[in-house]
Parts: sequence; C-alpha cells; structure tokens
Amino acid sequence: MKAAGILAIVLVAAHSAAGGPAAPTPSVAPPGGRNVPASESPIDQLVFGKLNQLDIQPADPCSDAVFVRRVHLDVIGTLPTPQEVKDFLKDNDPGKRRALIDRLLEREEFADYWAMKWSDILRVKAEFPINLWPNAAQAYHRWIRTSIRENKPYDRFVREMLTASGSNFRVPEVNFYRAVQNREPQGLAQAVALTFMGTRADLWPKERRAGLAAFFSQVGYKATAEWKEEIVFFDPGKAAPQAAAFPDGTSVRLSPDQDPREVFTHWLVDPKNPSFTRPIANRVWSWLMGRGIIQEPDDIRPDNPPANPELLAYLEKELVVGHYDLKHLYRLILNSRTYQLSSIPATRGPEAEANFAYYPLRQLEAEVLIDALCQITGTTEPYTSAIPEPLTYLPDGQRAIALPDGSITSSFLEMFGRPPRDTGLESERHNKMTADQRLHLLNSSHIQRKLQQARPLLALLRSGAGPREVVAGTYLLILSRYPTEAEWTTVAAYPRTGPAARRTALMDLAWALINSDEFLFRH
Amino acid sequence: MVPRAVAAESIDERHGEKMSHARGSGGLGITRREAMRLGLSSAAGLLLAGRLSAADPAAATPPAPKGKAKAVIQIWLWGGPSHLDTFDPKPEAGYDYCGPFGKPIETHVKGIRISEWLPLLAQQADNYSIIRSMTHGINAHETAAYMVQTGRPPGGRQVFPGVGAVVSLFKGYDAGYRGLIPPYIVLTELQGRFAEAGFLGPRYQPFATGGDPARTPFAVEGIVAEGLSADRQKDRRELLHRLDGLKRAMQNDPQVTAADKAEDQAYDLILGDAGKVFDLAQEKDDLRDRYGRTTFGQACLVARRLVERGVPYVTINSKGWDTHKQHFQAMRQKLPEMDKGFATLLQDLADRHLLESTIVWWSGEFGRTPKVMWESPWNGGRGHYGKVFSAVLAGGGFRGGQVVGASDAKGEEVKERPVYPCDLIASVYEKLGIDPHAKLPNPQGLDVRVTPTPAEGVTLGGRLKEIM
Repeated sequence: MKAAGILAIVLVAAHSAAGGPAAPTPSVAPPGGRNVPASESPIDQLVFGKLNQLDIQPADPCSDAVFVRRVHLDVIGTLPTPQEVKDFLKDNDPGKRRALIDRLLEREEFADYWAMKWSDILRVKAEFPINLWPNAAQAYHRWIRTSIRENKPYDRFVREMLTASGSNFRVPEVNFYRAVQNREPQGLAQAVALTFMGTRADLWPKERRAGLAAFFSQVGYKATAEWKEEIVFFDPGKAAPQAAAFPDGTSVRLSPDQDPREVFTHWLVDPKNPSFTRPIANRVWSWLMGRGIIQEPDDIRPDNPPANPELLAYLEKELVVGHYDLKHLYRLILNSRTYQLSSIPATRGPEAEANFAYYPLRQLEAEVLIDALCQITGTTEPYTSAIPEPLTYLPDGQRAIALPDGSITSSFLEMFGRPPRDTGLESERHNKMTADQRLHLLNSSHIQRKLQQARPLLALLRSGAGPREVVAGTYLLILSRYPTEAEWTTVAAYPRTGPAARRTALMDLAWALINSDEFLFRH
Repeated sequence: MVPRAVAAESIDERHGEKMSHARGSGGLGITRREAMRLGLSSAAGLLLAGRLSAADPAAATPPAPKGKAKAVIQIWLWGGPSHLDTFDPKPEAGYDYCGPFGKPIETHVKGIRISEWLPLLAQQADNYSIIRSMTHGINAHETAAYMVQTGRPPGGRQVFPGVGAVVSLFKGYDAGYRGLIPPYIVLTELQGRFAEAGFLGPRYQPFATGGDPARTPFAVEGIVAEGLSADRQKDRRELLHRLDGLKRAMQNDPQVTAADKAEDQAYDLILGDAGKVFDLAQEKDDLRDRYGRTTFGQACLVARRLVERGVPYVTINSKGWDTHKQHFQAMRQKLPEMDKGFATLLQDLADRHLLESTIVWWSGEFGRTPKVMWESPWNGGRGHYGKVFSAVLAGGGFRGGQVVGASDAKGEEVKERPVYPCDLIASVYEKLGIDPHAKLPNPQGLDVRVTPTPAEGVTLGGRLKEIM
C-alpha cells in the first residue's frame, strides 16, 4: 500500500511538465522560444482571463510524453508508435510540439478519423433504419473523407451537400437527403438544423419549424433501372412551399422555378450568419477539448449560453477570416496552452470543468480503442456486414476508424459504445465504462488471444534485450512513455515461475497496462 | 450460419416481389422493392402497410397492470420458422402446402394439433397457448424483426428499444435488481441490430455470452477464461492495481470512479460464485440429456438456471430458420432439437414451480410461405411470410392449452382475431406488471410510452385477454 502511494506521486509528477524522473528531456520550452505553450495565445488570454475572474487555478502544462500521446489520439485517432514517441521525446527543438501538430494534420489517418466523426453526425450507414445501401454509404463516406483530406473549406462542404442533386452512387453528397429516417420536409429540416446549426428543431415553435421545412418541400426521390440507385432532385411538381421563413424569422417569397434549397443555403452559408459559423466553431472546440463552449454542442438555444462568449466569438472570427479552413482552427486550438494543460486538475468542480481549467479525461472511442489494441498486438479484426447481399467483406488489416459504413458488424464496437448513427446526435456515442466492457478487456478470450499472439511483444522477448529494456519497450508500445523507476521495481518483483515465466510475466504486464486507466483514457 | 441468413436476405431483396406475386398475395406483403417502385421510401411504405390494416385502436384500452411474472425467456427463431410445419399445420391443404409433413399429431389438449415433428411439445400443450393469427405484413427480416420485438414500425426519428431492454429498464438495476449477472442475457450471440436497446442506450443492452453451452466448459466471454488459474487472476489484478497510477491520481474523477466500479463488478463475476450459473456440470446428466446435448438444448437449460437466480430477461437466439431451399431437410434436423429443448424447458420450469413466474415466448420475425415453392431454384423451399404466422406463449400467468386466433384453410390469411406484435408485447408487459403508459427515458426529452399510443398510427388488435 505504501509502495503504491509513492508510485502515484511519481506518476503525477511525470504527467505534468514540472519534471520528474520519467521525463528524459526538459519538457518546458525556454521563455521566448517558438513553442506556443510558452506564450499565451488569444485563446489562452480568454480562457485564463476567465479562470482568473473565477479564481480558478488552471492545471500545470502537460509533459511531452503526455502531449505526444494525447495529440496523436486527438488529431489522428491513432496511438503513436514507440519510435515516434522516442523521437519526439529526444527532440530538443523548442518548436517540436507545433511541428508535430503540423505533421499530424497532414497524415492519412487525419482524414480517416475525422471522416469517422463526420460520418457519425451525417449518419453514414447502409442499413436499418437509415438504409443508405452499401454502395451509397461507401460513396458518401469516400466523398466525406476526400473533402477532409483536401481540406475543403467548410462552407463549400456544406453547400455541396445542401444543394446536391443526382444519383446516390454518382453524386455521393446527395446522400445527405437520404441519410434520414424521415424524408418528409419536416424530417429533412430537422436534420439540417441539427447537423449544420447545432440545434434541435423538434423543440422549436411550430411555425418556425414549418418555415424551415418549406425549403425542403420540393426534394424529390426517384428510383432508376439500376438496383438501389436513387436520384435526389428538385421536383417543382411537388406542392409549392408554403410560408417559407428562415430560422431567424425572415419570411421569404420563393419563385416557382427556383430550388428552395438554394435559397436556404444562400442564407445559411454566409459569414455574417452566426447560426452557421458558431455551431462549427463550437463543435471543433468540443471535439478537441472534450466539451463545447456551448454544451452539448448540438443543443444550441437561447437558454443554453456559452460558458465563455468571447472565446467562442474569437473562434468564429478566426474561422471567417480563414475562409472556413477548419485546419486553421485545429492549429489554433492544439497549439494553445489551454489544450496543452495537464488532465490532473489544480482546481476541481463543475466551473473549472466548464471553463477548461484542465484537459478532461475521456475514454477512448470504441474504434480508436480497438485500433490501438490491434496496433499494440500486431493483430487485425475481421470487419464484415452480413446483411444485405452482396456481403461486405473489408480487407484484412482494415482499421476501425476508417470503416466506411456504420452497419459493419462488430460486437466489440457495439459493446464499447459506437454510435448507431440513427439520429446524428453527438450523444449517440457512449463513452462511459460499463461492467460488460470491463469484463471483456479483463477476461475475454478475444483480448487474451490478441495478447498471446502479440508479435511486437514476442519480438521484444526474442530480441535478446535485458529485462529493463523489455519493460521499457512494453511501456512505450502501450502507454507511449518510459516506465518510472518505481514501476520498474514493481514489474521486476512480479512473481512468475515455470518454463515460460518471462513470457507469462510479459503477457501479464501488457494485460495490466491495457487495463490501466492511463491506457483506456485520453489524458 | 451467418451465410445462410445472408443468402436469404438477398433472395428476399431480389425476389420478394416475384414471390409475393407468384403466390397471388398482394395486400400487406409490400416488399421494399415494391415500396420503392411506388415511389415511397421503405419507411413510408411500411407505414402504409400498417395503415391498410385498419382496426379500432380504442379496442386496445389497457387495464391496469397486475402482473406476477418475474422473468421472460424469449426463444427467438431468427430467420422465421414455418407456421405450417410447427404450430399451425394444414394437412387438408394438401401436398402443395405440406410437402412431406402431412400428418400432424394430436396434443394432450383435445382439438389442438401440431406438427408430427414436435411430439414432446405435444405432451406439454396444456402448458402453453398458441397464437395462430400473428400478423404485420412485412417480409423483410430486419424490419419484421424490429416490428416483432419493439411493437412499432420503423421510420420515425426514434429507434425503439426491444422488449428485453424495456424489461431490463423496469426490472433491472434501476428497479433494485442486485444480481451480479447482468439483467438481460443473450444466449449466445446477439441478433445484430435488433437486439439493440434503441434510444435507451447501452446500459440496457443485453450481455451476450458467446461460447457454446454444449461444450465443457461453457466459455462465457469475459466471465469464464480458459487456461487462467485463479491464482494468476489474482496476481494479475494486484499488478494492475499497483501499476495504475493515473487511477490513484484521479480518484475523484467521475469517469475513473465509474471505471473502478465496473472493474469491481467484473471481478465479482470472474472470481466469485455468481459465474457458476453457467457451469452446467452442476446439473444431472439425465436432465442435460433430456434438454438435448445441442447448443439450443443446453441454452434452454442455462436459461432456466438464469431465471432461477433472478435474471429477468433471457433471449435464446436460435439461427437457421430461413429455409428458402431444402426446407424440409432442414426441418427434419431443427425441429427435433427445438422440440427437445423447448419441451424439456417447459417441464423443468413447471417441476420447479418456476413456470408460473416465468413467461416463455417463442417466435420468429415472421412465418414462411404456406405454399411450397417446388420450382427451381427453391426446389422445395419456403419464403418469408409476414401476413400470418404463429407465436407461442407459456407461463407467467398466461393460460395454457388454448389457441388464439386462426389462419385460413391454407394458412395464408388471418381468418379471425388478428394479433399484432404490439398486442403480444403489451400482454407480456402486463403480466410483468410493467405499466404500458409509463414513460421511457428519451435522450431528446420526447414523450414516449412503453407501448404505442393510437396517435402513433400503430394498428392494434387488443391484448390477449383470451389467455390472461
């Protein structure tokens, strides 16, 4: 018990940049260096100013070892490799955090991971109850991923979806209008309001809801001779929209030859329209910081004010100035001291949390977790979809963050809270530990088998390295850091006997580390 | 087993239209493809299908709940079992309808005949009632399975929870259930998206055992680890605790606390006695033989052991009922297994005085085409059939030895007393003492009730008063 107490203290020290035996390189940038954490960005001035007013002490800056893991998970949904960790830790460039952020934003996994997030809220799913059909889901996913990879400005991304007409296979963005459970004008209006305005139109007064729905009353759907192909189009033959009005209350006269979606999109996608810029600025912040300035990020309404209005206004301004370049926003946030705070709070409580006084712990998403487990153990998962035929089989080595379709069968992803993609609400994703999840990680044959087959671990054993190096290698592989001296002592004392003692001990160490909170959470 | 279901879905998708026309049965059997041809989204098509079958919703005004049932064992026949070859035989319809199965047998209850392949169930007939007029008109697996298990047509903004999740809500942890075994167990594999808890979320999702109860040991995923001694389990856990520094540093964090609690619960199951419920070696050999040494038979035995220990909802997923081709060959193998497991379960529950508090619900998502498809490529197969099919209810206060409703002479139409899925589900809730008007917690704050209201446009035929 006593030993455990000491260990805890060591770890706390290792977590923050204040130093400690685990940090092999100095991790605080020298004053005046190029590293942003050394100086305050406008984001930091706004966050720390507010914390100061509230008399809340922010957490310490996080250490390099924490940063390298965190930023990989947050930006590319992927654990850093041991080599990436080692290289980063021994790099003496004071600007290395900024440089790493820039590199990560250009990785292929960036597109994979953010396409996954967007596919959640855009409901990219072949089957029930969205029923896009596999070809269309995959085309839609590819369009989203390509848009992200090319860093398509956000305003264009939205405009292309909202005004799209054509075949679900050939003009993939039309699937926005198919990926809804309710294709009536009201249902489409709700999807548009939720996705792009971050607001729940089902709670609006009736007239306001009807005013928005009117813009979607001439969306037509028709089948073609090709199996499951569907054309989405402007259908002037449908009843002319009644009493169209923008959500801000302005009523509109629509001319009969004009696609009302164009009129609405013109109103929505406008730098001067805060109901367009605010939701996306807030969403990006919440994705990276674990909490919206307006929380929930898709429940914006007058009686749910932002925790820090100036901060949100600043992000909105930057987005407009940067012509809706979302990566610009990512850079600003990731390089801020605020983002780089330790997750061990100096002050606790709901106010500290709501004002970003520390980096909040979050359980790894299901997809990120299984990918990390596969990476650590050098194993793969089979991803298939049994319904409908033709069956979908994804190639061996498919990563979960890159799955093109929310219908792909995986009991692991189900159990660990993958969103069903039924409604597009962010709250569909469940990131709270359950007893079932614990049982699975602690004691299932699935995880046990992965560990037993773990080539990277077995390679460490066979490499002829000494026990200290093997343990260090295991820590780098799983926790993306070196072990502390106290941890080494604990591991060395772990009692295992018999012919396969070393192997058993290593398996148990790896098992313990993947079951530790430090692995299971972003921190 | 998966490929079989899959092939069937595709057959349904591509040939559903052809099949229903060949049978001359339009009406309720709107396939997805037909719906699309009509320019409807499949959701709208289904809604339409629901509306076509008008019934008086007012007839279904429910009485106050007065249940004494404590648990449900749901025997789910994934793929859709033929009603003609199980509980609604039509020998008078001739060879084109019955194929080689033309000699149904009398049961212990005078006047009730069932398939000659179910002799053990024939002896249990006073323990169960047969509903021969189940209907929803949907011929696609997924939609039909959703209908049968949620009572509602898909297509709105909500994805509704299935019966198991609702029972888990009202009889599980929130209602004071203290068992270590999760309150909603699936033997052995999830159905896929239809076991989903819908908007209730993962807290109400079932725990799927994995493994095979016909094997020793029954390796329940996460609970029973093969090749790990109890000593090593304890040592590993100790190591984990000593190394988990972040946990100690963050003791007050709600996420860490939740993870901690989940770990304690997990270890109670791994190392404690509760997990022994899955150890079938504790049962007598001859009883195990009577259940049948098959996955299905032994799953029935595990289900009895679970409800005996207070688990409120157990689903047994039996696969392989989607018999488009070689239907009769498949039935010769499947029906005896099902007969043994289901009949022994009823007898065993009755012997232990558990039947009065345990509802056993036998059903698939639909029935199968009454007319045998002799032509190529089916060569003696049966297609999907949602217009009329059978379900069986036993125990939990439902009266046995009855038949509710009837299909016509060839098992093609409901002849009397249509029973819709939500009627059966509402009856089950009533027996469990679950208020059908209770609100379900909805993440969007919408007012959603346990069973659909007439305002939702769901067709109701009324509860199963005949057997309540």
